Amino acid sequence: MNTFLLDGREVPFREGETVMQAALDAGAYIPHLCHRPGYAPHGSCKVCTASVDGRNAASCTTRARAGMRVETSTPELADMRRALVEMLFAEGNHTCPACEKSGDCELQAVGYHVGMDHSRFDLLFPARDLDASHPEVLLDRNRCILCDLCVRASRDVDGKRVFAIAGRGIRSRLVVNSASGRLGDTNLAVTDAAVRVCPVGALLPKRRAYQVPIGRRTFDLKPASEVAITEARRVKEQQRG
Amino acid sequence: MDPTEAVERAVARYGAEAPRLLAMLHSVQASLGCVPAEALDRLAAAVRLTRAEVESTASFYHLLHSAPHGKYEVLFSDNVIDHMAGKAELMRYFCDELLIQPGKQSEDGLVFVDSTSDIGLADQAPGALVNGLLVPSLDRNRLDLIANLIREQRPFAQWPQTLFEVPDNVRKSGPLLGEPFRPGAGLRRALELGPDAILAELDAAYLRGRGGAGYKTAAKWGSCRKAQGRAHYVVCNADEGEPGTFKDRVLLASHADLVFEGMTIAARVLGAQSGTLYLRGEYRCLADRLRAARTRRRATGLLGRNILSTPGFDFDVEIVLGAGAYICGEESALIESLEGKPGRPRNRPPYPDTQGYLGQPTVVNNVETYACAAKILERGGAWFAGLGTSGSTGTKLLSVSGDCKRPGVYEVPFGVTLRQVLAECGAQQPQAVQVGGPSGTCVPWREFERRVSFEDVPSAGAFMVFSRSRDMFEVARNFTHFFAHESCGFCTPCRVGTSLLRDTMDKLSRGKGSAYDMERMQMLMRVMRSMSHCGLGHTAANPVVQTMQAFPEAYERRLRNLGYEPSFDLDAALETARLITRRDDEWAHIVSEEP
Repeated sequence: MNTFLLDGREVPFREGETVMQAALDAGAYIPHLCHRPGYAPHGSCKVCTASVDGRNAASCTTRARAGMRVETSTPELADMRRALVEMLFAEGNHTCPACEKSGDCELQAVGYHVGMDHSRFDLLFPARDLDASHPEVLLDRNRCILCDLCVRASRDVDGKRVFAIAGRGIRSRLVVNSASGRLGDTNLAVTDAAVRVCPVGALLPKRRAYQVPIGRRTFDLKPASEVAITEARRVKEQQRG
Repeated sequence: MDPTEAVERAVARYGAEAPRLLAMLHSVQASLGCVPAEALDRLAAAVRLTRAEVESTASFYHLLHSAPHGKYEVLFSDNVIDHMAGKAELMRYFCDELLIQPGKQSEDGLVFVDSTSDIGLADQAPGALVNGLLVPSLDRNRLDLIANLIREQRPFAQWPQTLFEVPDNVRKSGPLLGEPFRPGAGLRRALELGPDAILAELDAAYLRGRGGAGYKTAAKWGSCRKAQGRAHYVVCNADEGEPGTFKDRVLLASHADLVFEGMTIAARVLGAQSGTLYLRGEYRCLADRLRAARTRRRATGLLGRNILSTPGFDFDVEIVLGAGAYICGEESALIESLEGKPGRPRNRPPYPDTQGYLGQPTVVNNVETYACAAKILERGGAWFAGLGTSGSTGTKLLSVSGDCKRPGVYEVPFGVTLRQVLAECGAQQPQAVQVGGPSGTCVPWREFERRVSFEDVPSAGAFMVFSRSRDMFEVARNFTHFFAHESCGFCTPCRVGTSLLRDTMDKLSRGKGSAYDMERMQMLMRVMRSMSHCGLGHTAANPVVQTMQAFPEAYERRLRNLGYEPSFDLDAALETARLITRRDDEWAHIVSEEP
């Protein structure tokens, strides 16, 4: 099997696999937010940016090639990655201590992973809509990081195409597929992959907020790296089976 | 007309196909004055997309809007060159005349005034788009005239045509602009040569793409020719959106034959039957002239079926209108737009030469590149290679604007020094030139011996001159506003970085800057340059980086504090509380200490 060098370690890969896929399979974690095993690569959050043969590229959209040298955590990359996560926090309205998703949130977990303890950037405090029209799912755009995962999940897994990203630039926003523009008028179900896949607290099943208490949640028990690697293995098993 | 009728009309004209969505949205807006929510549902049903997907496209483009913009829409061009020519003051004057506010439709639904990114009239600044058409050289007289026409509600079709006359302003011509071109001359030679020899000719000419990246045209066409697909496509990138650039405006207006001919030669090489000219929405006024040129070429056997009586050589060009998105100048974003989607750059590889329009092999080239290709086939590759420098052959069209006596288009051989161009255009005490637009290079006076070429200072065409009286900080600040407005929003570094950079520059301009802000901008620049998805994000911080380096004093005098200066004004934040409590005494204020 072909291999490439990931932070000095030889990692095997199959033809057509991305750096991210091969890395996770090999038990190596590259921080990411818009990637999810089993979903089409997207490459928008750029948190997984690595140096590939001396050029920066997103690990999740870069095909692995035999003999390539990938560095993911040089001091420079680590600093820029932390800045990038800070930028995501600055962009939305993220209130971790008051958020239901706290402890289950990937943005928060990645924030811890990259050692973010504050934001160097002024918060933008955007005015964003909250949509509580759906009986079982809350859509809070304040926390949306525009990762496109719900768009892909609804289209590719649920077969519904409930979501799309509209607008441009800093005014990009998640929209839903109904004439009223309200989530309650779409055919989204709380059991949809689109709801489960949200890495942050933008799509939340209602009335489950504190069923699992703070302290016993996903990232309270395991760090982001372990969760991601376990998830990648689970998806791989599933695909084989 | 109601939304149902408007959508039916769009469907009748363009067919109910998703790739025609942008054209259909234009059509709906022409019928209804905007693209209202009800139209989205009907469009979605017609083209078998979801409403959310149609909304995604409709809301991406600046020139499409969901709320009415009045019977008359006046959009002032917002490039720094327009500002230097008095844009802000003139826009205020115009709004006062009509008793309206920018960005808001007048209460009687008559008029809408706002700013828009550079419209390609920097040589005749300040300019505006009035109901989608270019109006150059605004001054109080012309604005009075426009205001009167609006007040008397003169039907737009009856407005004096003198308002819309846009002279080419060619100040210096060479082989492209100056020599008469006999339509078909390049194409006939191409047919004699055949595809391989055409590529050899372009190779001998060492033609490099004029859009900025400088990729070898022969290599691009060659690899696309080899790529397998159901069909091959030829696309002309006429989305000239880089602020300060307008040379394609002139090529399209007065030398369309060169452009169509270059595209047809490309079609011969690729075996393509269909071509598209993607015209920026701001150049809508050129569409009729382009269609007329196309009709002429069809009539003379230079387009259509069996071109020049060559059996089986069929090729035609469709003209597709953009809708206000700078990012569509990036080739994969342009292709997305052609497919009726938001113009977000694709992940590459694959590149368009193997998987472009509709997933098929596609060549995308700049307007000027096609014109050069036609000229090369007419006059020979060796002739072309004899012009310019060894690494940058041929001539380059420069769009010269700003502080000079003779703004306009200059056709110069590659390798010309900035000083030579400055002398020719009558620059007045220049302190810097922005070559290649905001995403290009800011060259300070110390370096005017540098040369316009791929090896030294590359340029997609813009050449903006700033005299010693200009504040280079303000120039850079204008550019940060441009990039924040034009970022497509796909990737984090550019989407958030351009806004944070703009806000920090605004903070500095309010005299609230500190050394901490400078550090923070350096950080943003590093992240944007090394982590962004495409060229827009990679270069969006250039104006700040380069002016900081070349003109540090322009920044330093704005720094109040060598440490930290909050962007938040505590005293101003108390204003609401003061109004509520009706207090304005000493204790109702927080006085910040001067450093």
